[in-house]
Amino acid sequence: MRLRLDPKGTVERGIGLAVLVVLALGPAIFNEYWVNTILTQMFIFGIAAASLIFLNAYGAMTSLAQTALMGISAYLLGNMVTQGGAGGQSKGLTLGWDPTLALVLALVITTAIGVAFGAVAARSFGIYFLMLTLTYGVIANYFFGQVTQFGGFSPIAGVDQYTPGFVGEIVGHANKLYYIAFGVALVVYAAIRYLIRTPFGLSLQGVRDDPVRMSSLGYNVPLHRALAFGFASFVAALSGILFVWWQGQIAPGNIGLAATIELLVMAVIGGLTKIEGAWVGAFAFIVINNYVRDVELPLVGGSFNTIIGLIFLVIVIVSPDGLMGVWDRLWRSLGGRGGGTPDTASVTRQAAPEASIP
Amino acid sequence: MFRNGDFRHLAPRLVAAALVLFAILYVLVISNPPPADGSFGDWRTTTYGSALDDPGSFSLILLDAVTFAGLLFIVASGFSLIFGLMRVVNMAHGSFYLLAGYIAYEVQQRMTGVGGFAIAGTDVSTWEWVLPVLVAAAIVSVVGVVVQQTLLRWNQGQDLRQALLTIAVSVIVADQVIAHFPRSGTDQVGGGNAVSLTWPGWTERRIDLQVWNIDYSLARLVMLALGVFVGIGLWLWLYRTRTGKVIRAGVDDPQMTSALGLNIQKTFAIAFAIGAALAALGAAVGSSQGNVASGQDAQWLLNALVVVIVGGMGSLLGAAAGALLYAIVLTFSAAYLPITSDDCCSQYSIVLTFVLIAIVLAFRPQGLFGRAG
Repeated sequence: MRLRLDPKGTVERGIGLAVLVVLALGPAIFNEYWVNTILTQMFIFGIAAASLIFLNAYGAMTSLAQTALMGISAYLLGNMVTQGGAGGQSKGLTLGWDPTLALVLALVITTAIGVAFGAVAARSFGIYFLMLTLTYGVIANYFFGQVTQFGGFSPIAGVDQYTPGFVGEIVGHANKLYYIAFGVALVVYAAIRYLIRTPFGLSLQGVRDDPVRMSSLGYNVPLHRALAFGFASFVAALSGILFVWWQGQIAPGNIGLAATIELLVMAVIGGLTKIEGAWVGAFAFIVINNYVRDVELPLVGGSFNTIIGLIFLVIVIVSPDGLMGVWDRLWRSLGGRGGGTPDTASVTRQAAPEASIP
Repeated sequence: MFRNGDFRHLAPRLVAAALVLFAILYVLVISNPPPADGSFGDWRTTTYGSALDDPGSFSLILLDAVTFAGLLFIVASGFSLIFGLMRVVNMAHGSFYLLAGYIAYEVQQRMTGVGGFAIAGTDVSTWEWVLPVLVAAAIVSVVGVVVQQTLLRWNQGQDLRQALLTIAVSVIVADQVIAHFPRSGTDQVGGGNAVSLTWPGWTERRIDLQVWNIDYSLARLVMLALGVFVGIGLWLWLYRTRTGKVIRAGVDDPQMTSALGLNIQKTFAIAFAIGAALAALGAAVGSSQGNVASGQDAQWLLNALVVVIVGGMGSLLGAAAGALLYAIVLTFSAAYLPITSDDCCSQYSIVLTFVLIAIVLAFRPQGLFGRAG
């Protein structure tokens, strides 16, 4: 066996460890606003962005449905836990079920919906897959806007009051949600890293690289893609639960086209090919969002969205692999070696000849 | 890990076929009109009953669907044309629609000198409708060509990157539209920024179709006629002119087409301009029939996507078939979902859009008229 030196990997692990230590001490280091708003949001949206990046990097499926899946789980939870009547003021079904049961059901149903979405899209590749998942997202948005029983146009509020016993109360307990979101983010990261090494993960990457060959070898290509989509839906569902706990309410606007694009922007800023990029991108986006929101552009006017659009444009033109791609290039230009990027589906990949699975 | 099985094609297709059959039978014979005493019914109760119970309403709804399909086709054919030639999914199509709707409205306001949310049709001559549309189409075409030349020309073949770039454009354009429009007309309805273009006065009447005593809105028939006109025009352009030949050659083999000395880049620019202009024409028609407001960019991007996913990307016939199917599903689901109580069930109509996509993709993953492989 030959000893492989991997200076880049070592540096990356060092940076990662340092970041984790800082985050673990977060509440002692940062002020309350940073902990409860910026960093907690970073964990939550990072989880959703990680599900998007997982699908893109290891399944060559760029999904624009992850925000909708977040919203579906948040809506399910909101409808199941909130109580109507004298004490409750919430919209929706106000079933008032046990929060633990509701949590499990929300995750299970969202994952099932994700598998169904994935099954419908399983034989669509590349840009078709992106379009199809975008229609899922917009349809889900209109569904929750129109169906008044599930909430309708105004938000389901007060969801954060009904947390399961093992979680305890979140409202009024500073930093609790921060650590919960931190923990879930770590688990999701580890789970994705684990999954891509399993037989399923390896054959999924085979499907990504050459679906026709994998099909000839006897692998069920649509099933692999549908199940990968189901897993990503579960991850997005976790993020949706945390989101509704964090925000306390869920409304159709949270899962609209703008929100869908925002999640995509986070993933692209971070880099669509590396799981770590999810949190990097979410962090960058949320910080920009917080500090540029009130800036008025000279000459053209418009709101924050114009700025985000321009930033997005520049990122896609200059570094389509996002900040993680910038880091890779920085490392190489400093004369560093080793730790080449994993063989993942890049944004700049050429359009594959349309695969047709019989 | 998972091996192929044989049943996986059959089972979903049988379910899909059964669903389609049931939906058709439901509309034609199964459903019943509401009880005479004004109470709500069961799962068989619809507003009008079945086609046998009320052929007049059925025909009207069918006409609504077909005329709406004309509008859907105009918008979606532009989207499909751009994709068919350049493999670019123009995610900014909905934003182009929005921009064009507002530009046409502004020009019409200036021309007629009458302000407000909408102008009375009697104040609008044909010219005062056509010129705003031409202006909007010209401006949006220029925007489209600028986007294509600056952002899409140098990265051909990187389909995801191009889609991301057009998403960025759509965010910017939609935001700029909200920031700067409407420039005139202060008394918008509902406090939003909804405005409405106005059809020329002569369309504001109903004509007798001589069948089942149906009087039908002339404006909606004009909408259908415009859709058919665009369809025939595109067909003649693509299949009967030299430019069309070059475009079709470019679709099949861009490198060979360039090698033959044909200017494929010029052709790409022309196709992008036409595609954007079709979004503009669609916006003019759509905002004349209804209105245009911020947020409709998402609606029309969805519409264009559904039409081409169902019909098949890059196919003219597919866009027509997709528009017709989608319009039928939208219109009939709004009218023929059962009414079992005050709050059931027409609000679930959006689910049927998903069902339509799922059924079509179960049979043909590339859409009805999309080319395989």
